Amino acid sequence: MCEINEDFHDRLECVQDVEGGLKKCVKCKEANASVVIKGGDAHCRACFKENFTHKFRATLGKNRVIFPGEKVLLAVSGGPSSCSMLRQVQEGLSQNAHKKLRFLPGIVYIDEGGAVFRSSEERQKTVAQLQAIFKATGYPFHIVPLEQVLDLPSSTILTAPSASQPAHTGAYKTAVDQFIQHEISSSAAREVQEETDVYESQEPHTQALQKLIGSAKTLTAKQDLVNTLRQHVLVHTARSKGYSKVMLGDSCTRLAVKLLSNISTGRGAHLAQDTGFSDTRHGDVILVRPMRDYSAKEIAYYNHVFAVPSVFIPGLDTKNADKASIHRLTESFVNKLQADFPSTVSTIYRTSEKLQTVCGSSSTADPCDRCLLCVCALDTADDGVSALQATLTSEKLSKFRGNTRPGMPVLISGELRQSAPTVRDCRSGEGENCGQAQVGGSCCSSDMKPEKTDLKSTLCYSCQLIVKDLSSVECLPQYILSEAMRRQRRSLMRKEINTFVFA
Amino acid sequence: MPVQCSCCGEKRAMLKRPKTGHSVCKDCFFWAFEEEVHETIVSAKLFRHGERVGIAASGGKDSTVLAHVMKVLNERYGYGLELMLLSVDEGITGYRDDSLETVKRNQQQYELPLKIVSYEELYGWTMDAIVKQVGLKNNCTFCGVFRRQALDRGAIMLKVDKICTGHNADDVAETVLMNVLRGDVARLRRCTAISTASEGEAVVPRCKPLKYAYEKEIVLYAYFKKLDYFSTECIYSPNAYRGHARTFIKDLESVRASSIVDIIHSGENLSVREGVKMPVQGTCNRCGYISSQALCKACVLLEGLNRGLPRLGISKHHRLHGKILARQPLTEKEERKLRSENS
Repeated sequence: MCEINEDFHDRLECVQDVEGGLKKCVKCKEANASVVIKGGDAHCRACFKENFTHKFRATLGKNRVIFPGEKVLLAVSGGPSSCSMLRQVQEGLSQNAHKKLRFLPGIVYIDEGGAVFRSSEERQKTVAQLQAIFKATGYPFHIVPLEQVLDLPSSTILTAPSASQPAHTGAYKTAVDQFIQHEISSSAAREVQEETDVYESQEPHTQALQKLIGSAKTLTAKQDLVNTLRQHVLVHTARSKGYSKVMLGDSCTRLAVKLLSNISTGRGAHLAQDTGFSDTRHGDVILVRPMRDYSAKEIAYYNHVFAVPSVFIPGLDTKNADKASIHRLTESFVNKLQADFPSTVSTIYRTSEKLQTVCGSSSTADPCDRCLLCVCALDTADDGVSALQATLTSEKLSKFRGNTRPGMPVLISGELRQSAPTVRDCRSGEGENCGQAQVGGSCCSSDMKPEKTDLKSTLCYSCQLIVKDLSSVECLPQYILSEAMRRQRRSLMRKEINTFVFA
Repeated sequence: MPVQCSCCGEKRAMLKRPKTGHSVCKDCFFWAFEEEVHETIVSAKLFRHGERVGIAASGGKDSTVLAHVMKVLNERYGYGLELMLLSVDEGITGYRDDSLETVKRNQQQYELPLKIVSYEELYGWTMDAIVKQVGLKNNCTFCGVFRRQALDRGAIMLKVDKICTGHNADDVAETVLMNVLRGDVARLRRCTAISTASEGEAVVPRCKPLKYAYEKEIVLYAYFKKLDYFSTECIYSPNAYRGHARTFIKDLESVRASSIVDIIHSGENLSVREGVKMPVQGTCNRCGYISSQALCKACVLLEGLNRGLPRLGISKHHRLHGKILARQPLTEKEERKLRSENS
């Protein structure tokens, strides 16, 4: 019923057939079947593993985003999905693999214990467990605490131009051929550089981070904020260590939940970037999601049967009630629906494949057109009738109107448009505009405290909702605040010279 | 200590607005609600002066409030519209016949002309008879498809230029979510539009003036204005898939009040990739109504009902359209698939 073209009235099959004996695998038809993942098809372990591995390769190969010889950063959170991704990369790169993958991986783990209020002993224990897993792979790894977000440079939230990557498909094949030639000619064994960093977080930083997370009043805002900061740290780590691609371990189920919760928080314009295979919003660092074809069930089964180690780390919404936050609510909604209508997750996934970003994600776009926090194109344009306009109208109508009697049509439609905060009144005089514009385009008062209204014009719709939930924006890291001020000044400058600039 | 209205500051606050959280008095709330609808109508340019507008009235709270607000705004701002009520009788005993009494009372209260069209006279089937054949699941499809055509036929009979329906913000948000869950990308693109495109002679354009009004605010408005409406749910609705989306939206609203408008914002800003196959609008070969297939959905459903094959409109059957059009008999296997689960 849930899919419009579905003819769903067959009952699901189980591994045992009517007589009670075990069914045969539908693929090789020889071995006994041991798992039913979806669609009623039972597979044996060997066929399942082959299918699993093949899907990983196919996803990477179909999209042709990762070029041979590139440095790719694997973002491992310790959860089953990202550890499974790690194992797939290991197997794909191993010497005896058929048509092995060709890139140089590195691993990064971002320790969010500070945001979740874990004690430092617990954090060290988790880090030690993960270190053991990473060391066993032999790849260079970096362990970065989330506290590092307080020290990031401003360039993190700016889109850098992407490295010259050939766009046409023929170039991928030539790049692969060239790489193979190079490999054959250089027969010397490659030295693997064990470049590993383990940063220890300091106490004052942890407290500052906790204050920042604590300033968000609702759990939804907290989660969104932590996700945004985590992504900033990830991009910064990739940039500073010279990685051009980052692999995220989001599974199909996780992405379906993410799609719905993003729609619920107003991120409809950016769905393709948030849930698609490749995320190009940062320009030079591209985020890919190779695990997006796998359901959580498949990954769990694979990890269980083939002994993939993973570490459970509690997050912000662990052990919380269903209605604690939007993400938690969406997760329980999708899981409940999936139990009754088994094709829910795959239908949502297919819907996400058909979407695209509203504005082109060109790296030459003016940085002022992108959101400060999520680095996606702004979707707050004022164009006639829209949900945004309706919200602004309601806000205006509910505010204090003084002595005007109700029933009098005082507001004409033109005046109801709330203008974006343009010129801020200078605080130096008696509330009058100082009217001065110095070379840097800044106002004369130097100690302007950042306020929520300042940030609003630099944020997209859903990031505005996050900031609205913060009790004070001063706790935000310095790089965000200084970039916001810089954009304010530039837009003031722009308004002054608007009539003289073409386009 | 009683809270003062945050809007006029004079009277005591009687209610809290679900949309913004402000505490306001009754008069300020009425005024704000009506102003918002007025703003929606004006900025979306929904009507032109002198048009004949049919208000789709079911007797429920949305259409009652819509009729009231349209009448008020028409007089207050001089839209110059000629308003009339249009109602559809699906033939659901215990639900629709009671709500139609409410519509008749509304007609007298607002002094607007009224026209009722019924499924019985248009198609020869009432919803009760349909449910007996189809079963308790999938019958919302029949009701919805038939009602759409019924509204259009009624509008043509009344010679109106536009239809306005009482869809509120919660309805639009539910529709967005349902279309994502069902993977219907074509509808996803269109469902947040405030008015439909007006192509073809058999189609009357329709609009949703209450698109940004929360359902809770509509109830508050109706309650405090003491409007007369019928408040029972359709007796067949508990089994509908839409119920899941509705529960989810209600829970979302309790977590964050602005979620409903956020979902509408997301829906408005979605864009579909090029190259995705979209249905092309054409006309039905049998009745001339607009359709993206050879036969419009209503004709297909009716054919299924009349032949005793109720699943004809529900399962995949596009290949059989040609056969149905030519009135050829279907094979035994096809018939078996299309028969109801109950039979």
